[in-house]
Amino acid sequence: MNRPGRKPRLAVWKFASCDGCQLSFLDCEDELLDIAGAVDIAYFPEAMRGPIRGTYDVSLVEGSITTAGDAKRIQRVRQRSRTLVTIGACATAGGIQALRNFADIDAFVNVVYASPEYIATLATSTAIADHVPVDFELRGCPINKVQLVEVISAFLCGRRPVTPAHSVCIECKLRGTVCVMVAHGTPCLGPVTHAGCGALCPGYNRGCYGCYGPKENTNLPALSGQLATLGMTRPERLRFYRSFNAGAAPFQEESQRHES
Amino acid sequence: MDDYNDTAVITSEGLQCLIEALLNRSYQVVGPQIRDQAIVYDTLTDIDQLPQGWSDEQDGGHYRLRPRADGAYFGYAVGPHSWKRFLYPPHQSLWQANKDGDRLYFKDERPDPPRFAFLGVRACELNAIAIQDRVFMGDAYSDPDYQARREGTFIVALNCSEAGGTCFCASMACGPEVKTGFDLALTELLNEGPHRFLVESGSPAGLEVMAELPRRNTTRADLQAAWAVVENTRRSMGRTMPDTDIPALLLDNLTHPRWDDVAQRCLSCANCTMVCPTCFCSTVEDSSDLAGTTAERHRRWDSCFTADFSYLHGGSVRQSTRSRYRQWMTHKLATWVEQFGSSGCVGCGRCITWCPVGIDLTEEVRAIHDTSPKGKGEAR
Ligand code: SF4
Ligand code: SF4
Ligand code: SF4
Repeated sequence: MNRPGRKPRLAVWKFASCDGCQLSFLDCEDELLDIAGAVDIAYFPEAMRGPIRGTYDVSLVEGSITTAGDAKRIQRVRQRSRTLVTIGACATAGGIQALRNFADIDAFVNVVYASPEYIATLATSTAIADHVPVDFELRGCPINKVQLVEVISAFLCGRRPVTPAHSVCIECKLRGTVCVMVAHGTPCLGPVTHAGCGALCPGYNRGCYGCYGPKENTNLPALSGQLATLGMTRPERLRFYRSFNAGAAPFQEESQRHES
Repeated sequence: MDDYNDTAVITSEGLQCLIEALLNRSYQVVGPQIRDQAIVYDTLTDIDQLPQGWSDEQDGGHYRLRPRADGAYFGYAVGPHSWKRFLYPPHQSLWQANKDGDRLYFKDERPDPPRFAFLGVRACELNAIAIQDRVFMGDAYSDPDYQARREGTFIVALNCSEAGGTCFCASMACGPEVKTGFDLALTELLNEGPHRFLVESGSPAGLEVMAELPRRNTTRADLQAAWAVVENTRRSMGRTMPDTDIPALLLDNLTHPRWDDVAQRCLSCANCTMVCPTCFCSTVEDSSDLAGTTAERHRRWDSCFTADFSYLHGGSVRQSTRSRYRQWMTHKLATWVEQFGSSGCVGCGRCITWCPVGIDLTEEVRAIHDTSPKGKGEAR
């Protein structure tokens, strides 16, 4: 490596999330030493202890904003970061916890916690981009470690990461997977879902669950029509759209259209 | 009649001998087989791997395998794969660059092309291969990898004995009878005698392979049976393309409301372009390693249905589904003629079957035709 100057400082931040995306980072076993060689991992609570100090060249942000405290903390993270990259469905769309956006949060708190009076939480779970400007969003629940390495490599070279926003269907066709919708009648979110997983589920004869959120230019109403033809009921379709990316606008709108 | 043109009759043992003769010539034999409830193309070594006793039911957005009682080896229509996977692979590494100090070293990353023998290439598919030949090696700027793969390929064609529910090769003048572009051509005969195949050679290489097969001479009855097979298929096409000047129709109707209508239904998922045996668009992607010492350029299939495809400085030119579908159809059926000398569609029906919402280009053309002030009344 013969890049001039000091190594870029990288930080990994956690908001409301399951830590799965951070674990994808640690899962980069083969590349981890190369990453550590290329950047100075200055803050990463899941992997090491270290104080927050100074500014960071790149911040990877996992998790959504669910508390007033986190809404303030993300502002400070943004101020300390030259480049801010959100990683995963929580950070880019609010995550599975965005199901609260469609329900009564107080009722949830009362059912779940023995002493609800100790719980201070917002009524919604929202994406990082709803609070601060985001430079790049890496999709997935969890993120794909190959794509994470790509984002870091691209950042180091100053190029745009190759994480195409087209459908999962394209990934099926590239790998030669037989379409589960057409050949088996299995409901699939692939035609409206952002690529990135390599068509993992259709590769195992399952429909896509939409882990990477909406692709660019979705047409959810047209897909709903086809899912109905395949025998999926209205409540089933509503639940199909409400999982890890329930808070992403096209999925949210289509699920709400299924409420009435 | 060319001096390499000959015919003979073989049985299923002869078919196995054919596969072996090709394997002995170190071809990778690729043919139809069942995987994940569909008939796909993959390498094979034995006739037992062929989808004997299976047919398919096809319609817009619908494909199901169906058993058949007659034991036919090739009693189905085309499936989700096309031969383009092999001649023009979905992913291809182009070159690698390594940095050593201040110097860059470039390395051609393309592997030696495999030599394929394709078994069971339909008339529509032969026409599709001929179209891609014109695209990739029709002028001074040829694609060297495509050309090497193509020139090394041995083609065993097949006269269709079964038209699928979405087939319309007859109305595109691309089938069901194979005419040129093969080394050997088979017609599977199930009537007027025992289960057998009529074999025809179409090249010196084909004639040489044919001479090694256990065979008998062709009778008038065999030829008549083979003719009847193709005629029967021609009469059972699942779809038809309107018989009109399609380039003029589409280019005269660029603002027709039908484009808005289809955009309401289309998912812009790109399945139609991926399965089309003539669609040839690709993009290049660059990658670099963490150390910043190795970079690679890579090619992969792309589609006019994506936003990135028409990205120019500052944004994508075709943002709407309407503009993407219209680009696809007007290129395929209209501007292709001017560019490459033929329609870009061979009537294989894959884009209809494998569209998750069953959009049918023959229907879209018909709708524009029937409601266009200029076209009305000319078709059918
Ligand atoms: S299986 Fe799903 S993702 Fe794959 S092509 Fe079919 S609809 Fe698209
Ligand atoms: S446009 Fe459709 S029917 Fe025509 S060749 Fe392509 S896939 Fe086949
Ligand atoms: S026509 Fe069908 S297959 Fe093609 S992009 Fe539209 S929905 Fe997808």
